Amino acid sequence: MAEVEETLKRIQTHKGVIGTIVVNAEGIPIRTTLDNSTTVQYAGLLHQLTMKARSTVRDLDPQNDLTFLRIRPKKHEIMVAPDKEYLLIVIQNPSE
Amino acid sequence: MTTWLATQVWASMKCNSPVQSSLWSTDSPSVGGHTLPTLTMEIVHVYTKKRNEFGRQCNFSDRPAELHVDILPDPSLASNFIERDPCDIPIQCTQEMSEHEVNTERFESDTRGINHVEGGWPKDVNPQEMEQTIRFRKKVEKDEHYFSTIMQLGSNMEHCIKQNNAINIYQEYFEEEEVVEESEEQPSAKTINVFRDPNEIKRTATCLSWHPDGSCKLAVAYSSLGFQNISPDMSYDSYIWDIENPNKPEMTLKPVSLLVCLEYNPKDSHILVGGSYNGQIAYWDTRKGSQPVEMSTIEHSHRDPVYKVIWLQSKTGTDTFSASTDGQVLWWDIRKMSEPTERLVLDPNKKGNLDNALGAISLEFETTMPTKFMVGTEQGLVVSCNRKAKTPAEKIVCTYSGHHGPIYALQRNPFFPKNFLTVADWTARIWSEDIKESSIMWTKYHMAYLSDGCWSPVRPSVFFTVKMDGTLDVWDFLFKQNDPTLSLKVCDEALYSLRVQDNGRFLACGSQLGTATLLEISPGLCTLQRNEKALATAMFERETKREKILEARHREMRLKERSRSEQSKDEDTKEGDGEESVEELATRTEAEFYEIVEAELKKRAKEQEKKVRRD
Repeated sequence: MAEVEETLKRIQTHKGVIGTIVVNAEGIPIRTTLDNSTTVQYAGLLHQLTMKARSTVRDLDPQNDLTFLRIRPKKHEIMVAPDKEYLLIVIQNPSE
Repeated sequence: MTTWLATQVWASMKCNSPVQSSLWSTDSPSVGGHTLPTLTMEIVHVYTKKRNEFGRQCNFSDRPAELHVDILPDPSLASNFIERDPCDIPIQCTQEMSEHEVNTERFESDTRGINHVEGGWPKDVNPQEMEQTIRFRKKVEKDEHYFSTIMQLGSNMEHCIKQNNAINIYQEYFEEEEVVEESEEQPSAKTINVFRDPNEIKRTATCLSWHPDGSCKLAVAYSSLGFQNISPDMSYDSYIWDIENPNKPEMTLKPVSLLVCLEYNPKDSHILVGGSYNGQIAYWDTRKGSQPVEMSTIEHSHRDPVYKVIWLQSKTGTDTFSASTDGQVLWWDIRKMSEPTERLVLDPNKKGNLDNALGAISLEFETTMPTKFMVGTEQGLVVSCNRKAKTPAEKIVCTYSGHHGPIYALQRNPFFPKNFLTVADWTARIWSEDIKESSIMWTKYHMAYLSDGCWSPVRPSVFFTVKMDGTLDVWDFLFKQNDPTLSLKVCDEALYSLRVQDNGRFLACGSQLGTATLLEISPGLCTLQRNEKALATAMFERETKREKILEARHREMRLKERSRSEQSKDEDTKEGDGEESVEELATRTEAEFYEIVEAELKKRAKEQEKKVRRD
């Protein structure tokens, strides 16, 4: 239990990281460092996107699976690590 | 074993409606009082036709083959041909392919919003209750699976974060070196959007005006300029379109009579002024709705359709002036529309006589020269006027003649205000203010009437014209002077109006059936080339000098002729150049004409004789 905390804290304190969200399979944010409305928005939208991305990858090659998803908008980068049941979302400002 | 089937049964012949659908089994033939047919049902449709309606019976018979025509080869015909040696025959051994084009049907899209509510919570948890959600979250966190997953995902994520921090993998190398290529691309233009008149009866799009800030909206004035062409069902509305949405206009303007011209106020983007077919001027405020805020009174308005309305540069930003074919140019302050603030009658004799006045079709006003303005008339003259003159006689400074028909467009070059462009009849001409006798440059006479034109706001040597056969021409006189640089057929019907957006990239043209087309032109035609200003200046100066020299020469010649005719008058000769009266000229021309005809007839008769003699 404590290790989970430690891991998440370590991620959060990395340079440039703005926020971390852990979302479960239904799209409910379990753990977050951002405010509620932003979290809900990110959770809902990215969850759907990850599902879509995963189904795309599997359509192209059924043996394949999605391991990581990186979205690079102009302002900062959104990284999503998907799993069968949970989703770890990190928003980072990449160093220029 | 009973098997139950549920079907709808179409009974044959007697009843046309399905028997009530009911469950029936194969071995119980009657359920619910109906005698049901067996499983194998034939569906039969019977129709009857009387025998005598068929017509006579066809009796076919067989007969042997007959030879109708037999053309045998005739070797004598070969003498009419020469054998070709060698013969060039191209052969291509490729797959035969065919090309098809498909245009999908236009789809109408509508924008709607969705309201999101937080969801996904299991049934027993109320998302509004903080305690319940916290409890749920804590429960999930205690899960073993959660633990392992997070550890694994976490390490993955960390790797990527560190990667991001180490180097910027999306860095743009060589970003600062914007290579300015002399683009050798072909000038082109492509249609971006088409805005059609939503009414049943289509009206002509006579005037377009871009929104002053950002140019995301286009105001189009629709009217019918044909004489007495207005049917009672014709709608009077004009529209403001958002260029992203061609399906539905953003706003409707409802005038009292059809609007012939419409302009946005460059200072206040909510105000538009429009001139209508019955001579009145009205102004709208888009915040206040579709009805005009105020209209000018009929007694003081124009007596003919108002063809052009322009906003003036003033402190209050509320002054406009309008021109119409009744020969008047009126100035208005939109805050007080009951009366025009000033009036000018376009009388070339400078007497202010309305009967003698020239009808005005276009106006020109440049904000950098606020005291001068120009009017293009129906008679083909451009009248240059001074606003600040004391008497009406002095208002009209000079006229420029040279066109054969009404001047539909008149605009000064935004970079060289001394030169202006006029579009009329079958040509477009460029003038210099100093030369009043003729234009300094002109295009050739086209096959179709030119209906509108304007300069490009970014390039001093580029201007656009539209013609009655639906083509848009882009002229670049530094590149090619005889022909347009780009000629594009926009639509099949005539194009009546044209307006370029301030960035020079987009232009909109309006057609006879009310279709406004938005086009984007290639970047080569809307970026300022190197030396362009200098070259254009040099060209204008050169042409102006040429015209000046020609003018001087003409004057000299005329002076000589006049002095010569003065001398010859003393000798009493009838043929004095320039001193002949109209009747004398007419009789002389008639006599000459008959002489020519007779000579021609005699020549023909002689030829006939020769021919007869030969045979």
